[in-house]
Amino acid sequence: MKKTGASILLECLKREGVEVIFSYPGGAVLPITHELPNWDFKTILVRHEQGAVHAADGYARASGKVGVCLVTSGPGATNTVTGLATAFMDSIPLVVLTGQVPTPLIGNDAFQEADIVGITRPCTKYNYLVTDVRDLARIIREAFYIARTGRPGPVLVDLPKDITAGTTEFKYPKEVHITGYQPTLDGHMQQIKRAIQLILKAHRPVIYAGGGVIAANAAEELTELVEMLHIPVTMTLMGLGGFPGTHPLSLGMLGMHGTYRANMAVTDSDLLIAVGARFDDRVTGKVDAFAPKAKKIHIDIDPTSISKNVRVDIPIVGDCKRVLAKMLTLLKEEKGGDEQRWSLEAWHQQIEKWKSFHRLSYNQNQIIKPQHVIERVYELTKGEAIITTEVGQNQMWTAQYYLFDHPHTLLTSGGLGTMGYGFPAAIGAQVAFPERTVIDIAGDGSIQMNIQELATAVHYKLPVKVAILNNGYLGMVRQWQELFHERRYSLTPIGDACPDFVKLAEAYGALGLRATRPDEVVPVLREALRTPLPVLMDFVVEPEEGVYPMVPAGEAIDRMLLV
Amino acid sequence: MRHTINVLVENEPGVLARVAGLFSGRGFNIESLSVAETLDPMASVMTIVTRGDDQILEQITKQLNKLVCVIKVTDLVGKEYVARELILVRVTVKPETRAEILSITDIFRGKVVDVSPKSYTIEVTGDEEKIKAFIELLKPMGIKDVARTGSVALVRG
Repeated sequence: MKKTGASILLECLKREGVEVIFSYPGGAVLPITHELPNWDFKTILVRHEQGAVHAADGYARASGKVGVCLVTSGPGATNTVTGLATAFMDSIPLVVLTGQVPTPLIGNDAFQEADIVGITRPCTKYNYLVTDVRDLARIIREAFYIARTGRPGPVLVDLPKDITAGTTEFKYPKEVHITGYQPTLDGHMQQIKRAIQLILKAHRPVIYAGGGVIAANAAEELTELVEMLHIPVTMTLMGLGGFPGTHPLSLGMLGMHGTYRANMAVTDSDLLIAVGARFDDRVTGKVDAFAPKAKKIHIDIDPTSISKNVRVDIPIVGDCKRVLAKMLTLLKEEKGGDEQRWSLEAWHQQIEKWKSFHRLSYNQNQIIKPQHVIERVYELTKGEAIITTEVGQNQMWTAQYYLFDHPHTLLTSGGLGTMGYGFPAAIGAQVAFPERTVIDIAGDGSIQMNIQELATAVHYKLPVKVAILNNGYLGMVRQWQELFHERRYSLTPIGDACPDFVKLAEAYGALGLRATRPDEVVPVLREALRTPLPVLMDFVVEPEEGVYPMVPAGEAIDRMLLV
Repeated sequence: MRHTINVLVENEPGVLARVAGLFSGRGFNIESLSVAETLDPMASVMTIVTRGDDQILEQITKQLNKLVCVIKVTDLVGKEYVARELILVRVTVKPETRAEILSITDIFRGKVVDVSPKSYTIEVTGDEEKIKAFIELLKPMGIKDVARTGSVALVRG
């Protein structure tokens, strides 16, 4: 029996296990939206296509599943670009379906036509233009396979209207075979053995764990390895939750706003074991001075991440989970762990000294400190909430003061640094986990970048909470102006035209709350947490509070500004 | 250092854009690029001549391998290989230069493929050095136009 392209598409999504589609409709996807009510997908109608992609991204990060979006051609498609680039930089599996003008019109500058495959080539893992309905099932199958395997990433499939309206016999491809795409999963055995020899000989080892630990679901293996060997662990922003933040062996985050002890330990280490991390410039600071005394082991599924910025001694290409599991097996055979524990005593003492020399701290006076809000959020949620962030100071304070114990609980735009990410991502996470507490830690600047999604949250009764750290500035840029540009606050004050967030929430049908004094913080948070509605919380905080420690851009990471 | 890289790719629309976009997006340079179908019509080979130190070449090779449409990447540096380029040169012909042009063409085992009252178009193939020498010798006669294919290469044996 012949089927339409639209029905083949939806059947393929079903077979991939898709449950939710984040969407905004339009002319070019009418055949698909017409077919949708015949299926039992949960559909979320967003208010802007950028919101759809971030919501699908938040859904994917929280659940570990592939996030799916459906948008129309032209502006619908171009509005997905920031979301795709965000997901691409952070290796998040998405399949974004865009409508396209009918194939005979492609290239004619038709109404709502955009060459979205051309536009998104550099910000997707792969993309397709379907030109024959008989290819559709295979392409959808491949798209999901590419999105979720290897180093995950977003895949875009462009669907001309005559393809989804056209008909063909439906044949579901049993297997996927892509000649040029064969990710290496098992690390090279010889390399793993060499790595273990180095680890057992090290006196000052540090593990540097990134987002790859979370993508590979390797948090358990990492914790087991760390506890066996007693090696301290520092996490990147993307790696937070990949190892418990409350664990005695956690050094906290490293890099530009990392903890003193993490940056000092990395700088002084004699062995750095990078697991699913990519030596980003916000982590390394001045590359030549990054772990200068250390031999380096690098485990990553993406060979291009290895020796890209920093030369490593033992590269291991493979899936973090499999490589760590293999290491554990070998170590158990060798019974190397016990000796290690003894020989690292001096190293742990040194780290304790750094820890007592400088801890994260702030002075809570009459004005609310943003860090105070985050610490109270942490206490009231017992560290068990799903937290999303926007980008800037709100993001860094969250990374410093909320201790993430579980993977998939911090959703943040690490690589691209996309303001406006956190709120739609929180909506996506809440869709994945309707019963859990989902909180977006925002700034007064970034929340306004995708504020329209408040309508989506209200529409679907998603009780997402937004904690706005309202300082009246685009705060991180202001901080750089304060430190490096003679306090010239050019284009950063926004407080004079700040909307009344309480009224704004009410206008959308959500709850708005405000705290202006430190003693109001906890009551506001408590009320928000027990309200089964979307809530905007406006915390009027110290305007010129800065994020510290801070490593000035391009400096060595042990050269921190501490206050 | 200069490298010649052979890239076996899927023969499908957009592949050239993906490879070229990779080079431009990451700041790698392309000195020449030629591409055509292989015996298997499903695949094409690109020969890319590029320049960079070892670390850059390592990245270029890895990044090319990472592209879904790329099947195989071979950096020919350090291997025995033959590389050839084809060039078409239109050169001004005067009665006093005609004999010399024909003799140079002959020495370079070239062919005159088009003749007009005032010019010859000459086809020559060879490695980079030979092509360069040929152009230098013809320059004084007055070269009107040049078209080159860029290098294509195969491993020996």
